[in-house]
Amino acid sequence: MSTETGHVSTTGLQAEIQDGTGVTVNKCYQCGKCSAGCPLSEEMDFPPSFLMRMLQTGDPGLEEKVLRSFSIWVCLTCEMCYARCPMSIDIPQMMDYLRQKSLREKKVHPDAKKILAFHKSFLDSIKYSGRLYEIGLLVDYKARTLKIMQDMVLAPKMLLRGKLNIFPEMIRDRRGVASFFNKSNKKKS
Amino acid sequence: MTIGLYPGCSLKGSSREYTESVLAVAEACGIEIKEIHDWNCCGATAAHNLNKELSVALPARILSLAEAQEMTEVLVPCAACYSRLKVTKHELANRPELAKAVVEENNLGYKGTVEIINIIQFLDKYILPNLEGKIAKPFDHKVACYYGCLLVRPHSILQFDREEDPQTMDELMLKAGATPVDWAFKTECCGAGLSVSRTSSVGRLSGEIMKDAADRGAEAVIVACPMCHSNLDMRREAINDYLGEKLKMPVLYVSQVVGLAMGIERKKLGLQRHFIPVNIK
Repeated sequence: MSTETGHVSTTGLQAEIQDGTGVTVNKCYQCGKCSAGCPLSEEMDFPPSFLMRMLQTGDPGLEEKVLRSFSIWVCLTCEMCYARCPMSIDIPQMMDYLRQKSLREKKVHPDAKKILAFHKSFLDSIKYSGRLYEIGLLVDYKARTLKIMQDMVLAPKMLLRGKLNIFPEMIRDRRGVASFFNKSNKKKS
Repeated sequence: MTIGLYPGCSLKGSSREYTESVLAVAEACGIEIKEIHDWNCCGATAAHNLNKELSVALPARILSLAEAQEMTEVLVPCAACYSRLKVTKHELANRPELAKAVVEENNLGYKGTVEIINIIQFLDKYILPNLEGKIAKPFDHKVACYYGCLLVRPHSILQFDREEDPQTMDELMLKAGATPVDWAFKTECCGAGLSVSRTSSVGRLSGEIMKDAADRGAEAVIVACPMCHSNLDMRREAINDYLGEKLKMPVLYVSQVVGLAMGIERKKLGLQRHFIPVNIK
């Protein structure tokens, strides 16, 4: 395992992250700027700099906690941490990697179920019509989460202002777009 | 001069006034805009959160279509789509293995020749030079220029404006006759994709943004992203719940302000579609 500078790295999850994204967890010296700047820090179980330290230890128990954390799902990928990191560590890329691994290994934090449901409903909509169909997204999301009454006040207001399409916009090459989903899904399994 | 347009999903639905205002200012300046035919969704947050290859394949198809339709420059008004398209172009140029997996396996014929520009760059390059003598009604108000996240971050890829305290929108607003205020939340996140799944977080994050703008004496918040607009405008109830007060400050798209300054009719700019009435002129 070697980094872009040729240095020998370690094993475990941080090595996997390095391989998958090029992000070097070991560069972090715990200044805490990411956690200070992160708008979601206070809603996380572990702020970003904590996640970095947990990964640096290489402790399998702590790595497991990272993959099962709420933090990785409530992260908005606003890129503030990356902007302020003095070591230019691309934490958002790392978060994407951790989310995908957490999902594959069925380790998604129970409180993140609604966030995940929204993402899944969103992708289903694109797979079906090629573009996002906002009403379809909301209906699909409600079916997944059983939050039937949510945003019931918002939708009529949006309709009144011409902000919702009643029917989905279907692109012509729907099959082509849907095939992207099938291909990348196959590789995962 | 024809410029390609990638509107993205929001601009065809919940943020259609953004498209309307972009097209209205372009028309007033004689700039021809052509939408990419048969475009698909960029995949947004959902794709890059759940599936790396998909998050690159979807924008790659869009860029390939633009190339095939002989476009050299594509305007992407949505800051989130802009970021996805720019990041994809960067990744395809710098990660050969990923490029091979995405471009070859999906037969995309992607070459990487299209220039991607955001709304500020578009207004700067094509509209401002035409504005001389066309400022019919200077937008004489104090405004808080809210850039959000994805218009300026990550800087290493976008290479657009400063990540902290960006200036381009402020300069544009000055030219439209407005007075930008100095404030602290120019690039703080509004809560973006958590709007539906975690509305209370959006209330807090967007609430802090609106409060600082109000405290600095702004009469309007100006945005360049449909997600920022939805959260600051349509989620005002959650914002006001969080703040415990009733903020009535309107949120306008940067293109709507330029349109107003040019004297374009309010309806053509879609101002009537906002949840918070735009009572200033």
